[in-house]
Amino acid sequence: MATKTIRVDYIARVEGEGALELHIKDGRATSAKLAIFEPPRLFEALLRGRGFAEAPDITARICGICPVAYQMSSVHAMEQALGVTVDGQLRALRRLLYCGEWIESHALHVVMLHAPDFLGFQDGIQMAAKHGDAVRGGLALKKAGNELMRVLGGREIHPVNVRVGGFYRVPRRAEFAPITEQLKRARELAVATVRWVAAFPFPNYQRDYEFVSLRHPDEYPINEGRIVSNRGLDITVDEYDSEFEERHVAHSTALQSVLKRRGSYLVGPLARYNLNFDRLPADVQDMARESGLAPVCRNPFQSIIVRALELVYACDEALRIIAAYEPPDAPSVPLEPRAGIGHGCTEAPRGILYHRYEIDDKGAIVTARISAPTSQNQLSIEEDLCEVANQSSDLSDDALRDRCEQTIRNYDPCISCSCHFLKLAVHRE
Amino acid sequence: MAERRRPRLAVWKFASCDGCQLSLLDCEDELLAVADAVEIAYFPEASSVMAKGPYDLSLVEGSITTAHDAERVHKIRRQSKFLVTIGACATAGGIQALRNFADVNEFVAAVYASPQYIKTLATSTPISSHVKVDFELNGCPIDRSQLLEVISAFLAGRKPAIGNHTVCIECKLRGTVCVMVQGTPCLGPVTHAGCGAICPSFNRGCYGCFGPKERPNTASLAAEWLKLGATPRDLHRVFRTFNAAAEPFRQEADAHGD
Repeated sequence: MATKTIRVDYIARVEGEGALELHIKDGRATSAKLAIFEPPRLFEALLRGRGFAEAPDITARICGICPVAYQMSSVHAMEQALGVTVDGQLRALRRLLYCGEWIESHALHVVMLHAPDFLGFQDGIQMAAKHGDAVRGGLALKKAGNELMRVLGGREIHPVNVRVGGFYRVPRRAEFAPITEQLKRARELAVATVRWVAAFPFPNYQRDYEFVSLRHPDEYPINEGRIVSNRGLDITVDEYDSEFEERHVAHSTALQSVLKRRGSYLVGPLARYNLNFDRLPADVQDMARESGLAPVCRNPFQSIIVRALELVYACDEALRIIAAYEPPDAPSVPLEPRAGIGHGCTEAPRGILYHRYEIDDKGAIVTARISAPTSQNQLSIEEDLCEVANQSSDLSDDALRDRCEQTIRNYDPCISCSCHFLKLAVHRE
Repeated sequence: MAERRRPRLAVWKFASCDGCQLSLLDCEDELLAVADAVEIAYFPEASSVMAKGPYDLSLVEGSITTAHDAERVHKIRRQSKFLVTIGACATAGGIQALRNFADVNEFVAAVYASPQYIKTLATSTPISSHVKVDFELNGCPIDRSQLLEVISAFLAGRKPAIGNHTVCIECKLRGTVCVMVQGTPCLGPVTHAGCGAICPSFNRGCYGCFGPKERPNTASLAAEWLKLGATPRDLHRVFRTFNAAAEPFRQEADAHGD
């Protein structure tokens, strides 16, 4: 019997430390393991006893690439526990800050990390020799996202201006003037990026995923909404625990997020797009069609087009929010500590990020739970790897290894985020 | 024309959030120029090229929390002419050093259903606890311009021009009105400069993410905090956060119990 193992000891161009091990027997993949060797940092444990107001700054440190996602999920959860709602311009500013993070994170992934897979380069810098305009455009786009985070958040990595209840200081209208011009230019670059990636060669691969994302009555989802899927899931964020669980999988020591009734699911841009196509503006919908995407796309390799479309959307949305901005009277709403439980779920660039906190009457955290997008996607990534390997039996080992890495990068995995789950790469024949 | 030998740069990760190495990719205007001036020999977050050592400059992110990493950092040291730590994790142990003040087994049991599968050390320690470090760059996260300065300085064989004053001085330099005189407790007087005093410019007190400056008078500052209405618990928490294991902050946190 022909048995072989395809290994990647250190997956490059992803955030964090992971490895891949794929076992193939007689041309069929028998198992795929995405091994996370990122050392656990034990955030849920170290949060206990900290003040509710500390959660956004501490949990931001789970991920340097999507700190706003952690800040947003935590402030929403804490506000629910404290019984307050943040709306109006403060709500709009939160969405604006999140647009900045989507732009910087997506631009980095699309142009510098994922595009090289499609064009046969080892990195974005090498790719710049042949695709200089696209790389420089991608960097300028990324810079616009970072600049937006600097203006509103104080800095691009671990912004300082977010607090439970709102912000420490809200910008004056004039502070947005320079970034407005930059975002207009960024929008053009995003449109060019959509066209560029739409012409990439895509493996002919589809899978019938259960897509999970937020859904809001009138917005493309970022900060709020119900949690929905294409197989009938439709719950409030508070009901997360009744539908999802972190489970031990057979022959594995991993904790993987699964839907209790159905198993694996996919979160991230592809899920958002498929479940919220009708919430995208008409011109972005047209751009999707021109790029060869139907309103439902089941080819994970084409997630790069969806990310590029979300770049256009995030630039538009940021410009819309800035144009309508009127500084609110107060930068935050008043808060009184009280005992309670709160849930928050927002759309990180790479998918839904769920937080749950229990706080005591002094406002100290009693328990914390965080479910990161990559831990939710892990099972789906492994299933893709097996399927892709089965469909790629004609490829050489090296080509198959490259294809597998590309498959993992389809998810823009953020392994530091998933540091509270761990999978050991032990395989015994 | 013979190609000049470019200095070789490597970027390493230990327990961390990736934010400090992301700072290098966040140098959008300079990245291609940096890549031209140096050979980016090992930087897995950005490239599939993973060239073997030796390296002229190794940037190390993250803290040591596993036995395997404690060995790995020695291998990196041996292959590196200069080794510079980037950020609070590599320089002081990071937020994950809160385990140093607790029972790590209890911590693991609180997070994982099967704690027996988790191999981790009882402490999170900075790189300097394990190997010789040529320079430590502070910050959670580090500042991009300081990173570019450190890279340029080491490759040019000079000392990095990184000031060792406080965030307090940075406020004066940028003309920010002191938040403490307006009643907001601030760690600016004891915190290492480098961020450009961002928090006070947002009407917020500094929370010390750049760690202690040399010989900080934390006790005096703590007394001022109490006068402004902060509780001992507030003081304990603020010193015990992103640079909890840095000695001056550790001592001041201890002085205020829990």
